[in-house]
Amino acid sequence: MGAPYKLDDSSVVVVIGSGAGGGTLGSQLARKGIDTVILEAGGRHEIDDFVNDEWTMFSKISWLDPRTTSGSWRIAKDFSGLPAWIVKAVGGSTVHWAGASLRFQAHEFKARTTYGDIPGANLLDWPLTLEELEPYYAKAESNMGVTRTNGIPGLPGNNNFKVMKAGADKLGYKTCHTGRMAINSKPRDGRPSCRQIGFCFQGCVIGAKWSTLYSDIPKGEDTGKLEVRPNSQVLKIEHDAKGKVTGVVYADKNGKLQRQKARIVCVAGNSIESPRLLLNSHSNMFPDGLANSSGQVGKNYMRHMTGSVYAVFDKPVHMYRGTTMAGIITDESRNDPKRGFVGGYEMETLSLGLPFMAAFLDPGAWGRSFTSALDMYENMAGMWLVGEDMPQESNAITLHPTKKDKYGMPIPNVHFDDHPNDVAMRNHAYKQGAAVYDAVGAVRTFPTPPYPSTHNLGTNRMSEKPRDGVVNKWGQTHDIANLFVSDGSQFTTGGAENPTLTIVALAIRQSDYIAEQMKKGAI
Amino acid sequence: MESAGKGPAVTRRNFIASSGAIALVISSGALISATEAWGVKVEALKPETMHTLIQMARDIYPHDRLADRFYALAVKGYDAQAGKDAALRKLIENGVTTLDGLAKAAHGAPYVGVGWEADRVALLRQIEHGAFFQKIRGGLVTGLYNNKEVWPIFGYEGESASKGGYLERGFNDIDWL
Repeated sequence: MGAPYKLDDSSVVVVIGSGAGGGTLGSQLARKGIDTVILEAGGRHEIDDFVNDEWTMFSKISWLDPRTTSGSWRIAKDFSGLPAWIVKAVGGSTVHWAGASLRFQAHEFKARTTYGDIPGANLLDWPLTLEELEPYYAKAESNMGVTRTNGIPGLPGNNNFKVMKAGADKLGYKTCHTGRMAINSKPRDGRPSCRQIGFCFQGCVIGAKWSTLYSDIPKGEDTGKLEVRPNSQVLKIEHDAKGKVTGVVYADKNGKLQRQKARIVCVAGNSIESPRLLLNSHSNMFPDGLANSSGQVGKNYMRHMTGSVYAVFDKPVHMYRGTTMAGIITDESRNDPKRGFVGGYEMETLSLGLPFMAAFLDPGAWGRSFTSALDMYENMAGMWLVGEDMPQESNAITLHPTKKDKYGMPIPNVHFDDHPNDVAMRNHAYKQGAAVYDAVGAVRTFPTPPYPSTHNLGTNRMSEKPRDGVVNKWGQTHDIANLFVSDGSQFTTGGAENPTLTIVALAIRQSDYIAEQMKKGAI
Repeated sequence: MESAGKGPAVTRRNFIASSGAIALVISSGALISATEAWGVKVEALKPETMHTLIQMARDIYPHDRLADRFYALAVKGYDAQAGKDAALRKLIENGVTTLDGLAKAAHGAPYVGVGWEADRVALLRQIEHGAFFQKIRGGLVTGLYNNKEVWPIFGYEGESASKGGYLERGFNDIDWL
């Protein structure tokens, strides 16, 4: 048997989503000879569709379906209909990601043990250690071609990095380099080396940056064991009288409902859509949604502590030239509660083009205070601050009580309040970020508020005990043996690091587990 | 946007020679720049309304290096939209009427006749949370800054793929650190 698969073929594994989690998992399964269908809500835009234009690509690939927001986070005011900035297309958010590929630190898998009982935080240790994940991190780094691993040299530093590095050195930071990036510094795996084009967030027009779209998915398809169906939005996962999942109902490219049978279903639609789908799949047997006996589906939504610092100098920087995320300072990623918060954060260069800078520097601001900053765009440097935020049960994805999408599926509401630990960390990060630039003569610095969330995590979290979370250490739901979660919503806690490498490592590991369980006939 | 070419003679008496005020002349349903070679046709909205929108655009996002025409370009689309959308037309016309009312009460002149930017900004602060102001400001974020013609003025070079990226074109050319 091989792709394409029939709708009534109940032997296939259905993977919902084609990003870092789903794209990796689907490809790995196919390469093991397992019949796999990936259902992707978005369209298939190959590299030829990418252009170096911020708003054009935003309109083309972003997830712009209606969503609502609530809570005290500033996003609810600035971008009330756009809580997350993620991609709706084959390849998912690996199309627009920056490429930072960092391993979690050992203590970040033991957040509850390390940080203790933090009031208001729903902390838990992962049922998994760094040691257990290390072999899969190594596979993921090799698969993605991460610089500074596998003998792959680091990327050269651009102007934005050089400013950061000079400031870091003056400040006495010890670890500042051009990062571990899934961007080729030399031709590798059929993809060319980086030309320092910029526009990493708009899709890499030469494919130097790793994306499941043109890396893993074609390899899976080449085996004849993977079918990717774009423009297929799953609305419901179905189950039988024994409580095993049997397939999914999805709207196809014409909006027509289809039912794809399945032996196993893996959900990888990002931390907003994955719980939305599980919650919407409620039935008489599972009135609170699938895999939700713990009540934790949709809860503990994390989005990383984020913020940016931009700085203006008296001479040109041209920060936008070259890779968007061009370097990192890791000194603040340690856990050091003496700073006034638990967990740590990374400082990573970031640049936005003029159109996005106008939209994101200080949303809603106007007048000369704002425009005098943009007047100095050419002389700006910038960094993103990304750190561990506290899981809170009240930060949650819920189904909207009345509003529905065009297929009649309740739209998701994203509720978020910063935890005091998040606020303390952000303030520290703003201060340190400004200090880096002040050390090299910044004229003005701008503590820039969070963008719509790119790191959406934790809403179907891993737990050792079924009562504490949704999935086990393999991403298999505690309640339903043939239902898996394969994206960042599995994360028990968020760590300080950009999540993609960990999502990919978990997906590779999960593919081994699924193959073994299938072989045993357990699922 | 069309070039004024040999348009109607500009009458100097309509000029407002003061901080940031935009000098425009109304002539047969068009606004003609008194200082730059452009004009904008106005059909659905009142020409005076379009004049106010252009002045508002500059006062909301003032960049002294940008010519008036970029502000006119950023808001001129509202005329066509207002032609198709009665609610939008009402929002804009009523919004301008309100703003002019505030201006006349404080300064004895309509908004575009208030000489100092600081005074006009103070008037805008009174309406900044309203739907009219938010509509105009929100639209300007892309209307003004997503215009490729303004990018070089800010030192932003735009797309680079067609030129081979910046690898050999200055991605690491900083020399003052």
